[in-house]
Amino acid sequence: MAKRLLIILTLFLLALMFWDVVASYSEKQQLAPVAAHYVGQGPDELGAPNLVTAVVVAYRGLDTLGEVTVLFLAALAVGLLLGTGASERNTGPANPASEIVETAVEYLFPIALLFGVYIFINGHLSPGGGFQGGAVIASASLLLFLALPGVRLRHALLSAIESLSGFSYVLVGLLGLVLAGGFLDNRALPLGDYGALFSAGTIPIIYTLIGLKVGAELSVVVERFRGNA
Amino acid sequence: MDAMTLLTLLICAGILFGAISAVSMGNVVSAVIAAGLTSLFAAVTYVILSAPDVAMTEASIGSGLSTAIFLYAINRTRRQEREKND
Repeated sequence: MAKRLLIILTLFLLALMFWDVVASYSEKQQLAPVAAHYVGQGPDELGAPNLVTAVVVAYRGLDTLGEVTVLFLAALAVGLLLGTGASERNTGPANPASEIVETAVEYLFPIALLFGVYIFINGHLSPGGGFQGGAVIASASLLLFLALPGVRLRHALLSAIESLSGFSYVLVGLLGLVLAGGFLDNRALPLGDYGALFSAGTIPIIYTLIGLKVGAELSVVVERFRGNA
Repeated sequence: MDAMTLLTLLICAGILFGAISAVSMGNVVSAVIAAGLTSLFAAVTYVILSAPDVAMTEASIGSGLSTAIFLYAINRTRRQEREKND
Protein backbone atom coordinates (compact mmCIF):
# COMPACT_ATOMS: atom_id res chain seq x y z
CA MET A 1 0.00 0.00 0.00
CA ALA A 2 2.76 2.39 0.97
CA LYS A 3 4.55 1.51 -2.25
CA ARG A 4 1.50 2.29 -4.36
CA LEU A 5 1.02 5.58 -2.52
CA LEU A 6 4.64 6.44 -3.26
CA ILE A 7 4.13 5.70 -6.95
CA ILE A 8 1.03 7.89 -7.09
CA LEU A 9 2.86 10.68 -5.27
CA THR A 10 5.79 10.43 -7.72
CA LEU A 11 3.42 10.55 -10.68
CA PHE A 12 1.65 13.56 -9.16
CA LEU A 13 4.93 15.42 -8.69
CA LEU A 14 5.96 14.55 -12.24
CA ALA A 15 2.63 15.86 -13.53
CA LEU A 16 3.13 19.03 -11.49
CA MET A 17 6.55 19.48 -13.09
CA PHE A 18 5.22 19.09 -16.61
CA TRP A 19 2.10 21.13 -15.89
CA ASP A 20 4.31 24.17 -15.52
CA VAL A 21 5.75 23.59 -18.98
CA VAL A 22 2.35 22.95 -20.56
CA ALA A 23 0.64 25.89 -18.86
CA SER A 24 3.30 28.38 -19.89
CA TYR A 25 3.23 27.24 -23.51
CA SER A 26 2.16 29.74 -26.08
CA GLU A 27 2.71 29.60 -29.77
CA LYS A 28 5.73 31.70 -30.69
CA GLN A 29 5.07 34.47 -33.16
CA GLN A 30 8.71 35.03 -34.07
CA LEU A 31 11.99 33.17 -33.98
CA ALA A 32 14.54 33.54 -31.23
CA PRO A 33 17.38 35.92 -32.24
CA VAL A 34 19.92 33.13 -32.88
CA ALA A 35 17.41 31.10 -34.91
CA ALA A 36 16.45 34.21 -36.85
CA HIS A 37 20.12 34.73 -37.72
CA TYR A 38 20.48 31.10 -38.86
CA VAL A 39 17.34 31.24 -41.00
CA GLY A 40 18.07 34.68 -42.43
CA GLN A 41 21.81 34.56 -42.99
CA GLY A 42 22.47 30.78 -43.11
CA PRO A 43 21.98 30.25 -46.86
CA ASP A 44 24.18 33.25 -47.68
CA GLU A 45 26.88 32.48 -45.13
CA LEU A 46 27.26 28.74 -45.64
CA GLY A 47 25.64 28.04 -49.01
CA ALA A 48 23.66 24.97 -47.93
CA PRO A 49 20.01 24.79 -49.11
CA ASN A 50 19.17 22.31 -46.31
CA LEU A 51 19.30 24.62 -43.33
CA VAL A 52 19.22 21.74 -40.84
CA THR A 53 22.50 20.47 -42.24
CA ALA A 54 24.04 23.94 -42.09
CA VAL A 55 23.18 24.16 -38.40
CA VAL A 56 24.22 20.59 -37.57
CA VAL A 57 27.53 20.54 -39.43
CA ALA A 58 28.71 24.14 -39.41
CA TYR A 59 27.06 26.34 -36.76
CA ARG A 60 26.82 23.49 -34.25
CA GLY A 61 29.68 21.44 -35.67
CA LEU A 62 31.34 20.87 -32.32
CA ASP A 63 28.16 19.21 -30.99
CA THR A 64 28.16 16.89 -33.98
CA LEU A 65 31.78 15.98 -33.33
CA GLY A 66 30.73 15.18 -29.77
CA GLU A 67 27.84 13.03 -31.01
CA VAL A 68 30.17 11.12 -33.30
CA THR A 69 32.50 10.58 -30.35
CA VAL A 70 29.64 9.28 -28.18
CA LEU A 71 28.63 6.83 -30.91
CA PHE A 72 32.25 5.74 -31.26
CA LEU A 73 32.52 5.10 -27.52
CA ALA A 74 29.24 3.14 -27.56
CA ALA A 75 30.45 0.98 -30.45
CA LEU A 76 33.75 0.49 -28.65
CA ALA A 77 31.97 -0.65 -25.48
CA VAL A 78 29.81 -3.08 -27.46
CA GLY A 79 32.92 -4.47 -29.10
CA LEU A 80 34.64 -4.78 -25.74
CA LEU A 81 31.71 -6.62 -24.15
CA LEU A 82 30.56 -8.79 -27.05
CA GLY A 83 33.64 -8.84 -29.24
CA THR A 84 35.85 -11.78 -28.45
CA GLY A 85 34.21 -14.32 -26.15
CA ALA A 86 30.94 -14.39 -28.03
CA SER A 87 32.20 -15.89 -31.25
CA GLU A 88 33.41 -19.03 -29.48
CA ARG A 89 29.93 -19.82 -28.21
CA ASN A 90 28.92 -21.12 -31.60
CA THR A 91 25.79 -23.22 -31.63
CA GLY A 92 26.01 -24.35 -35.22
CA PRO A 93 24.52 -22.72 -38.31
CA ALA A 94 21.18 -20.96 -37.91
CA ASN A 95 18.18 -21.73 -40.07
CA PRO A 96 18.71 -20.27 -43.52
CA ALA A 97 16.06 -17.97 -44.98
CA SER A 98 13.95 -19.13 -47.90
CA GLU A 99 15.39 -18.89 -51.38
CA ILE A 100 13.01 -16.10 -52.36
CA VAL A 101 14.18 -13.93 -49.45
CA GLU A 102 17.82 -14.72 -50.19
CA THR A 103 17.54 -13.79 -53.86
CA ALA A 104 15.53 -10.65 -53.10
CA VAL A 105 18.08 -9.47 -50.54
CA GLU A 106 20.95 -10.11 -52.94
CA TYR A 107 19.29 -7.66 -55.33
CA LEU A 108 18.09 -5.21 -52.68
CA PHE A 109 21.31 -4.96 -50.67
CA PRO A 110 23.33 -2.92 -53.22
CA ILE A 111 20.33 -0.65 -53.84
CA ALA A 112 19.84 -0.02 -50.12
CA LEU A 113 23.56 0.65 -49.75
CA LEU A 114 23.45 3.09 -52.67
CA PHE A 115 20.43 4.84 -51.14
CA GLY A 116 22.37 5.33 -47.90
CA VAL A 117 25.25 6.86 -49.87
CA TYR A 118 22.80 9.08 -51.74
CA ILE A 119 21.33 10.34 -48.46
CA PHE A 120 24.64 11.41 -46.99
CA ILE A 121 26.14 12.82 -50.20
CA ASN A 122 23.04 15.00 -50.72
CA GLY A 123 22.88 15.92 -47.03
CA HIS A 124 23.41 19.63 -47.74
CA LEU A 125 20.74 19.71 -50.47
CA SER A 126 17.88 17.48 -49.33
CA PRO A 127 16.68 16.12 -45.98
CA GLY A 128 19.07 13.62 -44.48
CA GLY A 129 22.75 13.51 -43.81
CA GLY A 130 25.57 11.50 -42.36
CA PHE A 131 23.71 9.92 -39.46
CA GLN A 132 20.63 9.07 -41.51
CA GLY A 133 22.69 7.70 -44.41
CA GLY A 134 24.83 5.66 -42.04
CA ALA A 135 21.72 4.23 -40.38
CA VAL A 136 20.31 3.24 -43.78
CA ILE A 137 23.61 1.51 -44.60
CA ALA A 138 23.44 -0.35 -41.28
CA SER A 139 19.84 -1.34 -42.07
CA ALA A 140 21.09 -2.76 -45.36
CA SER A 141 23.63 -4.87 -43.44
CA LEU A 142 20.82 -5.95 -41.11
CA LEU A 143 18.85 -7.13 -44.14
CA LEU A 144 21.90 -9.12 -45.19
CA PHE A 145 22.21 -10.72 -41.74
CA LEU A 146 18.54 -11.68 -41.69
CA ALA A 147 18.60 -13.32 -45.11
CA LEU A 148 22.07 -14.89 -45.11
CA PRO A 149 22.96 -16.16 -41.62
CA GLY A 150 26.42 -17.29 -42.72
CA VAL A 151 27.58 -13.87 -43.86
CA ARG A 152 30.49 -12.21 -42.02
CA LEU A 153 31.66 -8.61 -42.13
CA ARG A 154 35.32 -7.79 -42.55
CA HIS A 155 35.94 -6.13 -39.22
CA ALA A 156 39.50 -5.09 -40.07
CA LEU A 157 38.33 -3.19 -43.16
CA LEU A 158 35.38 -1.59 -41.36
CA SER A 159 37.56 -0.49 -38.43
CA ALA A 160 40.02 1.01 -40.89
CA ILE A 161 37.20 2.93 -42.63
CA GLU A 162 35.83 4.07 -39.29
CA SER A 163 39.12 5.28 -37.83
CA LEU A 164 40.23 6.95 -41.06
CA SER A 165 36.96 8.85 -41.46
CA GLY A 166 36.96 9.93 -37.82
CA PHE A 167 40.53 11.14 -38.17
CA SER A 168 39.77 12.96 -41.42
CA TYR A 169 36.72 14.62 -39.83
CA VAL A 170 38.91 16.28 -37.21
CA LEU A 171 41.47 17.09 -39.90
CA VAL A 172 38.83 18.84 -42.04
CA GLY A 173 37.75 20.71 -38.90
CA LEU A 174 41.32 21.87 -38.33
CA LEU A 175 41.46 22.93 -41.98
CA GLY A 176 38.59 25.28 -41.18
CA LEU A 177 40.63 26.68 -38.30
CA VAL A 178 43.56 27.43 -40.61
CA LEU A 179 41.80 28.55 -43.80
CA ALA A 180 38.54 30.03 -42.51
CA GLY A 181 36.91 31.46 -39.41
CA GLY A 182 37.30 28.65 -36.90
CA PHE A 183 37.25 24.97 -36.04
CA LEU A 184 34.85 23.06 -38.35
CA ASP A 185 34.11 26.20 -40.39
CA ASN A 186 32.86 24.91 -43.74
CA ARG A 187 34.24 27.86 -45.72
CA ALA A 188 37.69 26.26 -45.87
CA LEU A 189 36.69 25.30 -49.42
CA PRO A 190 34.88 27.65 -51.84
CA LEU A 191 31.11 27.67 -51.36
CA GLY A 192 30.43 27.05 -55.06
CA ASP A 193 27.05 27.41 -56.78
CA TYR A 194 24.10 27.45 -54.41
CA GLY A 195 22.25 24.14 -54.76
CA ALA A 196 24.95 22.27 -56.69
CA LEU A 197 26.23 18.88 -55.51
CA PHE A 198 29.77 20.18 -54.97
CA SER A 199 28.92 23.27 -52.97
CA ALA A 200 28.61 24.53 -49.39
CA GLY A 201 32.35 24.21 -48.71
CA THR A 202 33.36 21.24 -46.59
CA ILE A 203 29.81 20.21 -45.57
CA PRO A 204 29.51 17.37 -48.15
CA ILE A 205 32.98 16.10 -47.20
CA ILE A 206 32.17 16.10 -43.49
CA TYR A 207 28.83 14.39 -44.04
CA THR A 208 30.39 11.75 -46.29
CA LEU A 209 32.95 11.01 -43.57
CA ILE A 210 30.24 10.88 -40.88
CA GLY A 211 28.09 8.65 -43.10
CA LEU A 212 30.92 6.16 -43.67
CA LYS A 213 31.83 6.20 -39.99
CA VAL A 214 28.29 5.75 -38.68
CA GLY A 215 27.48 3.11 -41.31
CA ALA A 216 30.57 1.04 -40.44
CA GLU A 217 30.05 1.47 -36.69
CA LEU A 218 26.37 0.54 -36.61
CA SER A 219 26.86 -2.41 -38.97
CA VAL A 220 29.53 -3.82 -36.67
CA VAL A 221 27.34 -3.17 -33.59
CA VAL A 222 24.42 -5.05 -35.16
CA GLU A 223 26.70 -7.91 -36.13
CA ARG A 224 28.16 -8.10 -32.64
CA PHE A 225 24.67 -8.36 -31.16
CA ARG A 226 23.77 -11.04 -33.69
CA GLY A 227 26.78 -13.08 -32.58
CA ASN A 228 27.25 -16.36 -34.38
CA ALA A 229 23.62 -17.34 -34.06
CA MET B 1 -11.61 19.83 -37.62
CA ASP B 2 -10.00 19.12 -40.98
CA ALA B 3 -8.70 15.76 -42.20
CA MET B 4 -5.06 16.57 -41.47
CA THR B 5 -5.72 17.32 -37.81
CA LEU B 6 -7.76 14.12 -37.50
CA LEU B 7 -4.94 12.09 -39.05
CA THR B 8 -2.38 13.69 -36.73
CA LEU B 9 -4.52 12.93 -33.70
CA LEU B 10 -4.93 9.31 -34.83
CA ILE B 11 -1.17 8.91 -35.25
CA CYS B 12 -0.51 10.49 -31.86
CA ALA B 13 -3.02 8.05 -30.38
CA GLY B 14 -0.97 5.33 -32.09
CA ILE B 15 2.18 6.57 -30.32
CA LEU B 16 0.42 6.44 -26.95
CA PHE B 17 -1.06 3.01 -27.71
CA GLY B 18 2.34 1.64 -28.74
CA ALA B 19 4.09 3.05 -25.69
CA ILE B 20 1.48 1.78 -23.22
CA SER B 21 1.44 -1.68 -24.75
CA ALA B 22 5.26 -1.76 -24.73
CA VAL B 23 5.19 -1.18 -20.98
CA SER B 24 2.25 -3.42 -20.13
CA MET B 25 2.83 -6.45 -22.35
CA GLY B 26 3.99 -9.58 -20.58
CA ASN B 27 5.88 -11.08 -23.50
CA VAL B 28 9.24 -9.36 -24.00
CA VAL B 29 9.33 -9.87 -27.77
CA SER B 30 5.86 -8.33 -28.21
CA ALA B 31 6.93 -5.41 -26.02
CA VAL B 32 9.96 -4.77 -28.25
CA ILE B 33 7.76 -4.84 -31.36
CA ALA B 34 5.35 -2.40 -29.67
CA ALA B 35 8.27 -0.07 -28.89
CA GLY B 36 9.27 -0.23 -32.56
CA LEU B 37 5.70 0.65 -33.51
CA THR B 38 5.87 3.67 -31.20
CA SER B 39 8.98 4.88 -33.03
CA LEU B 40 7.34 4.34 -36.40
CA PHE B 41 4.32 6.44 -35.45
CA ALA B 42 6.66 9.08 -34.00
CA ALA B 43 8.54 9.17 -37.31
CA VAL B 44 5.28 9.82 -39.20
CA THR B 45 4.48 12.61 -36.73
CA TYR B 46 7.86 14.21 -37.45
CA VAL B 47 7.08 14.17 -41.17
CA ILE B 48 3.74 15.88 -40.48
CA LEU B 49 5.56 18.48 -38.36
CA SER B 50 7.86 19.00 -41.40
CA ALA B 51 11.02 17.65 -39.77
CA PRO B 52 12.04 15.02 -42.34
CA ASP B 53 15.64 14.89 -41.08
CA VAL B 54 14.55 13.76 -37.64
CA ALA B 55 11.93 11.44 -39.13
CA MET B 56 14.58 9.59 -41.14
CA THR B 57 16.70 9.00 -38.06
CA GLU B 58 13.72 7.93 -35.99
CA ALA B 59 12.44 5.51 -38.63
CA SER B 60 15.76 3.83 -39.37
CA ILE B 61 17.30 3.79 -35.89
CA GLY B 62 14.27 3.86 -33.59
CA SER B 63 12.05 1.37 -35.33
CA GLY B 64 14.61 -0.54 -37.40
CA LEU B 65 18.03 -1.02 -35.87
CA SER B 66 17.18 -0.77 -32.16
CA THR B 67 14.29 -3.25 -32.53
CA ALA B 68 16.64 -5.69 -34.26
CA ILE B 69 19.35 -5.19 -31.62
CA PHE B 70 16.81 -5.80 -28.82
CA LEU B 71 15.56 -8.97 -30.53
CA TYR B 72 19.11 -10.27 -31.01
CA ALA B 73 19.92 -9.50 -27.37
CA ILE B 74 16.77 -11.31 -26.13
CA ASN B 75 17.63 -14.26 -28.34
CA ARG B 76 21.15 -14.50 -26.94
CA THR B 77 20.24 -14.09 -23.27
CA ARG B 78 17.53 -16.74 -23.61
CA ARG B 79 20.01 -19.17 -25.06
CA GLN B 80 22.41 -18.53 -22.17
CA GLU B 81 19.61 -19.14 -19.68
CA ARG B 82 18.78 -22.42 -21.39
CA GLU B 83 22.45 -23.47 -21.31
CA LYS B 84 22.67 -22.64 -17.63
CA ASN B 85 19.58 -24.70 -16.85
CA ASP B 86 20.83 -27.77 -18.70
